Amino acid sequence: MNATATVLPSMGGPLRGLSTFFYRRSTLYLFLLLVPPLLWLGTVYLGTLFALLMQSFYSIDEFTAQIVRKPTLATYKALVTQPANLDIVFRTMSMAVCVTIASAIIAFPIANYMVRYASSRAKAVFYVAVLVPMWTSYLVKVYAWRLILAKEGILSWFFHAIGADALLEAILQAPGIGGPSVASSYLGMFIVFVYMWLPYMILPIAAALERVPGSLIQASADLGARPATTFRTVIFPLAMPGLAAGSIFTFSLTLGDYIIPSIVGAPGYFIGMMVYQQQGTAGNIPLAAAFSVVPIVLIALYLAFVKRLGAFDAL
Amino acid sequence: MTAAVEFRDVARTFGEVRAVDRVSLSIESGEFFAMLGPSGSGKTTCLRLIAGFDLPDSGHVLLDGQDVSDVPPYERSVNTVFQDYALFPHMTVLENVAYGPRVRKVSSAERATRARQMLDLVKLAGFEDRRPAQLSGGQKQRVALARALINEPKVLLLDEPLGALDLKLREEMQIELRNLQRRLGITFVYVTHDQGEALSMSDRVAVFNQGRIEQMASARELYTRPRTAFVARFVGGANVAAGDVAQKLCGASQPFAVRPESVQVLAPSDAPTGLVVADGAVLDVQYHGATSRWQVKLDAGEIFSATRNASEPVKVPSAPGDRVRLAWSRDAMVALEAQ
Repeated sequence: MNATATVLPSMGGPLRGLSTFFYRRSTLYLFLLLVPPLLWLGTVYLGTLFALLMQSFYSIDEFTAQIVRKPTLATYKALVTQPANLDIVFRTMSMAVCVTIASAIIAFPIANYMVRYASSRAKAVFYVAVLVPMWTSYLVKVYAWRLILAKEGILSWFFHAIGADALLEAILQAPGIGGPSVASSYLGMFIVFVYMWLPYMILPIAAALERVPGSLIQASADLGARPATTFRTVIFPLAMPGLAAGSIFTFSLTLGDYIIPSIVGAPGYFIGMMVYQQQGTAGNIPLAAAFSVVPIVLIALYLAFVKRLGAFDAL
Repeated sequence: MTAAVEFRDVARTFGEVRAVDRVSLSIESGEFFAMLGPSGSGKTTCLRLIAGFDLPDSGHVLLDGQDVSDVPPYERSVNTVFQDYALFPHMTVLENVAYGPRVRKVSSAERATRARQMLDLVKLAGFEDRRPAQLSGGQKQRVALARALINEPKVLLLDEPLGALDLKLREEMQIELRNLQRRLGITFVYVTHDQGEALSMSDRVAVFNQGRIEQMASARELYTRPRTAFVARFVGGANVAAGDVAQKLCGASQPFAVRPESVQVLAPSDAPTGLVVADGAVLDVQYHGATSRWQVKLDAGEIFSATRNASEPVKVPSAPGDRVRLAWSRDAMVALEAQ
């Protein structure tokens, strides 16, 4: 009988009974573990989104400014028929597309260098350099950028110092992107957006590239592919999921942001500002809700588009 | 006749480590050449130097008589089968195999035809549209082989290609690879740490140790006439005695090797005539069915192993610590180079 004692050391106590109970009923255990997060996800997270969607199907009474709680498409009709609203959607979307493309073009070489060429020490430095700006206050960075880009700021000083005032002037004269100063032009807003979201593009691309074994690149060279061909046929396709993930970040963050457009750039409205204004000062909650649905729809369309391009084939 | 691959005094160091320490070798065209050695012995670095993934610090690498020491991999007429197969996960089996012709701008119709022929050759017809993730280890191995052979390389490099396969599949693939090499007449350079694999497949074997080649010879010669203690131990699993131990056992300090199957295990009272004898204590006896393997700690100092057939009639004490007498004939001893 002593042998049994050594095989099953007695640990006794109520906790042991409990752990045995759960060990033998793993489904129940899993269920209990999952209930709190699922409640959060189901009610708080998806529930509020659903409430938002509901709001967009209400309308506002023109005279009393009261919300009419009756399902109607009137708010959406106002959204898509009024040219001013469509302008806002178009302006925001164009900015999001430009920011996403620019971020991808800047981020890819950085991520590729970090993962493939940097020594382990340099790599750590790169990761820190990418992450540290994200720890700093968002507002501080935006205001700092406004000072940098202002008429008396470092940027114009720099252009003046290298004797290229005319160049800066010419850029600011350009239709659409120009303005009185870089800080109050769409170009300035674009620069700040790209600065803000760049880490969100670099990190997913770097993560995707980390997962590409070096032997694949050697195999490609071994079979006769020059480095440019290897990049096009092996590295880029395998980095696509990371690029797609990063572009979803930059695209949706730009679509939803209302602080950058209100601090830097031209006076034209963006979706985020419109939502802020409609639910606040204007008190038109249904229109604010309808405007918030626009980014969701745009992202869904974008996801369908990148899926068609085969971005997720390598997942 | 020019050699398919030639190394002239090739050295490659990584920091303090001399991965390849002034190696010279010459591999004949159409030869099945194995590079055998423990991990870290420099055999894989040599393979990478032939492929062009790594460049030598000094010395010259020649392919077909041409100095390629500074030529990048995509301009060398060698192809590699990688240890992890390195199949492109985002391409189908057919696209993987057709990759070489594709980057060499062969028309898509022709490369598909050639890729199908290669898949027939490695018996994978019907798998064209699968993804690598849907294949077993053995199938991936065959795809990697087809992909490397489609470019009709002068030399095929194989980096521990069978390492990840189970024993039965490995034995089948050994025979298949050997047949394929004979049929195609391509030079194979085969890197392995498995001496059985190297001996059974190759025309010649280079045994690597600490960045140098210890011995380069046919499989039979390596096994029967090892030149150094390292080769005797690594290739034949032989017992090696040197210095004092050799002096005590044979009366001369010339190092020698004797293989376990040549050593008899006797009771301590037996006195065989005309044999070298050595007394010791049993450390361990491993049962292998038809034979058993004895590890004996000799009084002279070395641990020797002996293989004993199960059919041998005389009972010998076999518990750890029991005294036994080992005996072997002088003819079974191979003299080694003193170090």
